[in-house]
Formats: sequence, C-alpha cells, structure tokens
Amino acid sequence: MTQAKPHPSTHAPKIMELQDVWKTYHLGDADLNVLQGINLHIKKGEFVAIIGPSGSGKSTLMNMVGLLDTPSRGQIIIENTNIAKLKEDELSKLRGKKIGFIFQQFNLIPTLTALENVMLPTIFQNMPKDERLKIATSLLTRVGLQDRLDHRPGQLSGGQQQRVAIARSLANNPEIILADEPTGNLDSTSGVAVMEMIQELHKEGKTIVLITHDPRLVKFATRVIHIQDGKVEKETVN
Amino acid sequence: MFKDYITLALNAVLRRRKRSILTLLGIIIGIAAVVSLITLGQGLKNSISGQFNALGSDKLIISAKGDSFSIGLSTDAVKITSDDLHIIQETQGVSHAAGWIYQSGKIEFNGNVRYYSVSGYPLNKEETTLLWQASNYKLLTGRLLEEGDTYKAMLGYSYTNPEIFGKALELGSKINIQGQDFKVVGFWDKTGSPQDDQGIIIPYQTYEELFNKHDQLGIIIAQVQSGENIDTVAERMTKELRKERKVSEGKEDFSIQTPKQLGAAFGTVIDMVQVVLIGIAAISLAVGGVGITNTMYTNVLERTREIGLLKAVGAKRKDIIIIFVLEAGLYGLVGGLIGLLLGTSFALIVEAAFHAAVGPLLDIQIDPYLLFGALAFTFILGCIAGITPARQASKLSPVEALRYD
Repeated sequence: MTQAKPHPSTHAPKIMELQDVWKTYHLGDADLNVLQGINLHIKKGEFVAIIGPSGSGKSTLMNMVGLLDTPSRGQIIIENTNIAKLKEDELSKLRGKKIGFIFQQFNLIPTLTALENVMLPTIFQNMPKDERLKIATSLLTRVGLQDRLDHRPGQLSGGQQQRVAIARSLANNPEIILADEPTGNLDSTSGVAVMEMIQELHKEGKTIVLITHDPRLVKFATRVIHIQDGKVEKETVN
Repeated sequence: MFKDYITLALNAVLRRRKRSILTLLGIIIGIAAVVSLITLGQGLKNSISGQFNALGSDKLIISAKGDSFSIGLSTDAVKITSDDLHIIQETQGVSHAAGWIYQSGKIEFNGNVRYYSVSGYPLNKEETTLLWQASNYKLLTGRLLEEGDTYKAMLGYSYTNPEIFGKALELGSKINIQGQDFKVVGFWDKTGSPQDDQGIIIPYQTYEELFNKHDQLGIIIAQVQSGENIDTVAERMTKELRKERKVSEGKEDFSIQTPKQLGAAFGTVIDMVQVVLIGIAAISLAVGGVGITNTMYTNVLERTREIGLLKAVGAKRKDIIIIFVLEAGLYGLVGGLIGLLLGTSFALIVEAAFHAAVGPLLDIQIDPYLLFGALAFTFILGCIAGITPARQASKLSPVEALRYD
C-alpha cells in the first residue's frame, strides 16, 4: 500500500499558498522568529507531509495552514484572498468550511456523544438538523462506529476516539484535512488503521496535510516538506 | 441552531451536577424564600380581606380614634358611649346598630388560671345577631345569650378541647371569670383566628358590674339599610357624632370605617413586611448570581481546549458567547426551578400546618404569573451573570486554547 503514487498532477490548482510567511513572538526584549520566510503551496488532491523535529516551527506552520493563526508578515492566499487580512470571525467561518482537523489529542467534547461530536462543526454552518444527522451518521458508519453513535468519548478506545475525530473532520465536507500527529497518542495497530483511513480519504480526492515528527509516516504522503529552524529545508516527492 | 446551543449548554450543566447544585444554592434559597413569602403573604391577605369582606360591605365600624390596630382599645379619655350608639341608631340610612366592649379577664377552671379576652354583648336578639355576623361567629353547640341571662357565658371553640385548662369545658360547666362563677350555655365554631377562638362572651350588664365599666362601648357596628350608599351614610354619621361629641371637623376623636378599609389597612402592613423580607431574600439571589459568574469562570478555564476546538471547527465569537451565556442562564433556570418547587412546597406545608393548628387563616393560591416570573427572572439573572465569563471565553485565541492543558 506504499507503492509510489502517480505524481500529483502538476496542473492541479493551488488551493493554498504561503508567501514569505514569518511568525515572530515577542518574549520580553527578545524577538523569537519561529517562522522565517516560509514559501510553500498546496495543490488540490495532494497528500503533503510537513515533517520536522520539535521546535522546528512545524506546529506554528500548522496553525497557519489551519487558519488558526495569522502570520506576523507575509501572505496566506486561499481562493485569491489573503487571509492575513481577515478578522477573527471571518477566519472562523472560512476555517469551518474549508478545513477539517484531526488532532493528536483527539479534542472530542467529553460531554457529547460520538454523533453529537461529529455534528458539531455543522452547527456553525447553519445546516438543517435532519441533514446534519444524516451526514454524521453516515460518516460514523464509514469509520466503522455505526454501533457507537451514542457513546461518549470516555466510553471509547483511543483508536475509536480518533476515528470519531476523523468523521468530525469530514462533517462540513472540507477541501483540506489537516492531521496534526494523528497517531501520536495511539498504539501502533490503531495508528496504522488511522493512517490507512486518512490515505483512503486522499484516494477519494481530499487534500491532506499531515504534520508529524515521525519519519515512518511520510511514506503515506505524495510530497514531503522538511522544516528546520522555521525554514523549508527541503522538499521531496514520493 | 439555537436548539443546538441549548443542547450544548444543558449538557454542560447536567454533566457537572455536584458543582451545579453548589453553584445554585444561593439562587435556590433566594427563589424559595421569595416564592414562599409572596405566596404566604398573598394567602394571608386573601384570607384577611376574605374575613373582612365576610362582614359585608353594608356595615360600618365605629370606634374611638386610633389606628386600625387599637380599635376597641379606647383609652379612658376617649370613650364611645351609649349616647353615641343612640345617635348612630338614629342616623338616617342606618337600619340598626349594636355595640360591645371587651378587655382581658382572669379566667379560672379546673384549678388553672388564665387570662383571656372577655366581651360584653347586648342581649337584644337583633343586636346580638348583628354582632355575631360582624364577628363571623357560628354556633357550634348550645345557644346564644338571651334576654334575662346574667351569669351565663358563651365560649370560643378552643375551650372545647383540654389544651387550655387541662380539661375540656362542656355545656353546663361552671367557669370562674373575675372571681364570679358563670354557667356555660354555648360554644361557637372554629374561626381561624386564635384570638376569636379563645374569646368569652357574657351579658353586657353583667360585664359592667364585673369590670366596673359603666356606659362604655368598645366598638359599634352599624347595619346600613339596603339601597343606601354606605359612604353617604358614613358622612352623615360623622356629622351627627361630631355635633353630639362637640368636636370640630378634622379633630374627630372617633373613626368610622368599612370592613373593606380595615382589610386594606391590614393588607398594607403585610405588603410592607413582605417588601422587607423579599429585600433580604434578594441578597441571596445576588449572591447566587455571583456564584454563577464564579462557576462560569471555572468552566471556561476548565474547558479552554473545548473552546479552542469549537473555534477550530468554525465557531465565531458570537457563537461562543451565546453558548456560555445560555449555559449560565440554564444554571439560573435550574436553580429557579428547584427554588420554586421548594418555596411552593414550603408555602403549602405552612398552609396545611396553619389549617391543622388554627383553622383557615391562610388561603394560598399558586400564582402562575409568579411561577413564570420567577423562572424568567432566574434565567435572565443567570445570563447576566454569565456575560463576562462568556466574553472571556470568546476572546481566547484558538491556538492558545488548543494548546492549553
């Protein structure tokens, strides 16, 4: 299942582009440049892995790609819009529609059932209730949790929780799935299952951005971006 | 969408029950106090105005000047006499009138001495009947006092049980009043007022001798003829009495009131007491509001990651504010609901206890407006208490919030 994929179409449109992105934190008198002029783009249908050791700035980069944060300098372009200029609420709206998150910590809401957790992103998009129920149920069925709809996160194993999170990331049918160390809290069997599920999504045409420090995961990607000291060190194509 | 926000908020409240209950203690106590006080106060007012209204809207009550609480307790300086009674009886529009007097007397029975109110009643049938109506007494056993009675007494309901003297009195029992033996000829039924139930009635002339009070009346009741305007008759009576008692206008040493006015006067006092008590209960509610604010701050802190997640999946500031304000409002609402149940139950228990102990002096009605008002109030109080924590939650940066441990 790791055989080389056809090279992602070089003609596929860019769905996100980072141009000379800087992120600077002011720590007392010192300025800490976590990102130092990152240039990269993500094309539709790609599976991009962003890899780097801890402290390399990859988490900050993930926040940029996930529209959770805005750069101190530079541009992030989505659909011809520079999101660095957007207000917080506009960013939220765009994020909810365009990006599905899969976190290392799962980040499920413990008081809600699996079904309610999956439905959560759709609430903020004003989707009608019956449609949301249908979508959430079919997504949970898809990740093999059709008989766990009413379970709360505490009643599920780590692997199951991450599958709920995968279902949730798909709820608004976003273009980009952003997976931040998705296997970091899982045993190896569950980890492989989760990665296979993500690969499945890629095959169906989703754009995947995987952030990891684990070199074993890069084999799933079509393109690997190595980050070091806040800069793109190299790019390799699988 | 709003329903989803409520589901989210309700979930948060119900999942943390212990904290919720502790948070809500102030609101619960406050609302329970307010609801029971208002319900009991209203019940008391209902029954008091009911009792005054039972006297009829066609009777006037004449007493020596004083406020409504000292009616009948005329000082020696200001007296109502048989001359006044005569003037009142002769006033145009009055069909008949009767007066009685009362004071505390030494009562002895079964070797025990007690002090209770003794009244001197006229023996004329028409006058007695009028006074009985006005006092709202109903014969239980025996008979009323009649012309020719001297050392005969009628007793209130309380004397029919052994609580007062360790032995129940019966028809024909001998009871000693002010050192004089009286034969019991009748009892009247439970009235709901302990004072009335412990009352004793003896013939007016016997009373005069016994207490050495001559030609003196406490209260006069005047029956207004049907078809006459009670206010006009009261005005006419005032003029006549002024003339007879030789006092100028505005300096009257007597007062003429309708039962309605007396009832309203009691009502005003109950209102005043209620306002003070509710003011005290309001402190509890304010403390409850602060409790909700405090809990919401804790909740926001505790759920920082959740807030980050909500933002990551597309929640705007406004969405976060609504969710947390609703959650705080629901805290208030739940507290209000529990308080309401406790307060209403308490009022009903007090009513039942009152009925068992003294009779129907409380007439409680559950007011749907009060219930709804209390719930709306607690919800709004909760929402207001939740605004600052909710704003704080909405301002969290998603990056920081998701990183929070």
